Amino acid sequence: MSISPEVQFDLHKRMVRIRLFEEAAGRLAEAAKLPGFLHLYVGEEAVASGVCAALNDDDHITSTHRGHGHLVAKGGDLNRMMAELMGKSTGYCKGKGGSMHISDLSLGMLGANGIVGAGSPIAVGAAFANKYRGRGQVAVAFFGDGATNIGAFHEAANMACALHLPIVFACENNEYGEFTPRDKTMAITDIVDRAAGYGMPGVIVDGMDAIAVHEAALEAVERARTGGGPSLIEAKTYRFYNHHGVQNLGLKYRSDDEVARWKERDPIFTLEDRMIENKAATRQQFDDIWADWRAAIDRAIAFAEESPLPSPDQVLVDVYTTGGAR
Amino acid sequence: MSDERKLPYVMAFNEAVSQAMEADPNVFCAGEDIGAFGGVFGTFGGLQAKFGADRVVDTPISEQAIVGLGVGAAATGLRPIVDLMFMDFICVAMDQIVNQAAKLKYMFGGEATLPLTITTAGGGGLSAAAQHSQSLEAILCHIPGLKVVYPSTPYDMKGLMMACIQEDNPTVMVKHKRLLGMSGPVPVEPYAIPLGKANVVRPGRDVTIVAYGRMVHESVAAAEKLAADGIECEVIDPRTLQPLDTETIVASARRTNRVLVVHEAVRFGGLGAEIAAQIQEAAFDYLDAPVGRIGAPFSPVPFSPALEQHYIPSSASIETGVREAMFRSKVGA
Repeated sequence: MSISPEVQFDLHKRMVRIRLFEEAAGRLAEAAKLPGFLHLYVGEEAVASGVCAALNDDDHITSTHRGHGHLVAKGGDLNRMMAELMGKSTGYCKGKGGSMHISDLSLGMLGANGIVGAGSPIAVGAAFANKYRGRGQVAVAFFGDGATNIGAFHEAANMACALHLPIVFACENNEYGEFTPRDKTMAITDIVDRAAGYGMPGVIVDGMDAIAVHEAALEAVERARTGGGPSLIEAKTYRFYNHHGVQNLGLKYRSDDEVARWKERDPIFTLEDRMIENKAATRQQFDDIWADWRAAIDRAIAFAEESPLPSPDQVLVDVYTTGGAR
Repeated sequence: MSDERKLPYVMAFNEAVSQAMEADPNVFCAGEDIGAFGGVFGTFGGLQAKFGADRVVDTPISEQAIVGLGVGAAATGLRPIVDLMFMDFICVAMDQIVNQAAKLKYMFGGEATLPLTITTAGGGGLSAAAQHSQSLEAILCHIPGLKVVYPSTPYDMKGLMMACIQEDNPTVMVKHKRLLGMSGPVPVEPYAIPLGKANVVRPGRDVTIVAYGRMVHESVAAAEKLAADGIECEVIDPRTLQPLDTETIVASARRTNRVLVVHEAVRFGGLGAEIAAQIQEAAFDYLDAPVGRIGAPFSPVPFSPALEQHYIPSSASIETGVREAMFRSKVGA
């Protein structure tokens, strides 16, 4: 499969958008301008971008606590995202969800999720609805390596295969479940080994290579869309920052050398080098892309900062669809 | 009324589901053994033959994924009915019920609509022991975002189930296992009973008994016995436990000045505690006796009929509770 320069630029722009959004969020958090927890997606951009570039707007995804990248890659509005992170009334969730529940149902993004593994059963429901309606939509469940140790993932994988649903399980194996290395929490090396247990095909891809992820996603999404059932993609990747917050070096559970080794394989810079080497792009083009999106992020921050906070009377709004309990 | 059609409670449920599925192609059912087998209690009997295996779906024994299936399908435009065979099994699916279904709309700033009905079977009396007999409704009522419904008659079952399916919020519909065979008048045509509206089952002037599920019938039996002694009980069935029709309950308390709340669930931390608190907040000056509570003792549900019989409240224990409320009021007078 050959991925056109046009698509390569698309992948690149999605990744740049995620990187800049996340770096900005990190700076704002350090400046104590973002309340709550912040789980940055920096380093894993190739996974969300490669997968979401294979989807249509009306396809569905479920996300994780590290969910900003998925929403950006699905086409999320940066202004509303930044406003939500600041708890503003103009945010995606009107300030009621924050980083861990950011969502856009109009883009089929069924929410970041604060519970590890909980997105997969919901993606199964979206996939069921898509099959039921027969309009060819698919669902993708994003989750980490750690989520494959929780029951919800296994129930979802088994049910999706038993019901032969149009779904892709996209595992972001970043080698750590919070602060514990993967090899201390499971006896297998490759998450993809789990796929066979449910009767679905699985593939390992380099999660630092957006083109490789995209090729695997195209194949799995096509399989789902054409009635071929579920697939699992294991993308081997790495988060450049800590589980939460903006620290990246001097951590107790992983070495600075390891971080440096992974950063050499930065998914954005390696794609840029490759495209320049293949004469598919020039440095100037990339500089322009970074500058454009930097400006967009600055606008998002300004929008969020100028936006009003929600009024206290909003606490009881939207608990129920109409009326509801007293 | 005499020639009115009668149906058992279980078939009233079945008919509501069937009529809702006929009316709305977005309604589907999923759960363990509900397809060809028709559900372990027969609640979904005949529905797969009528609507096909794509709309009446047999699932693996996977409670988290069953509720997740409902959450995801509801959030993307369908109107799912998902069945958790026994109420005890909600514990297996608690994350999807409490952290996902109940909160999605709120967490997403109101953007999501979740027309999801979770059906289950609660209550004891079948020697099904501690993991198949529980009454866990209070746990569910504590969760903002959920509605909880507990019908006591075939008529209410059909109307409330129809309302649950039409409801745009996640709703838990609890069937009482020992009421499944109970027969009563049920209109053939579809109808919905609004959620959050209590039913005054029996009017009375002396004591208000608030009871739901099978305890409604035990309360009515007690009321009839007490009537022979000149004590007239008003029996109120809230029918919906969340939202609770406090208005009807408080209005009755202000008239009778004495209230007894009855449930099969464990007394400590049960719905009776909430109802008693609401009554004392809204009608303290009207009370002639403390609000009484009848519930199960603080133990798991025992297996042996000899123990379970003692464990579950009965018309006899309700009668004692009412007499105590009357006695106290005399002492205080």
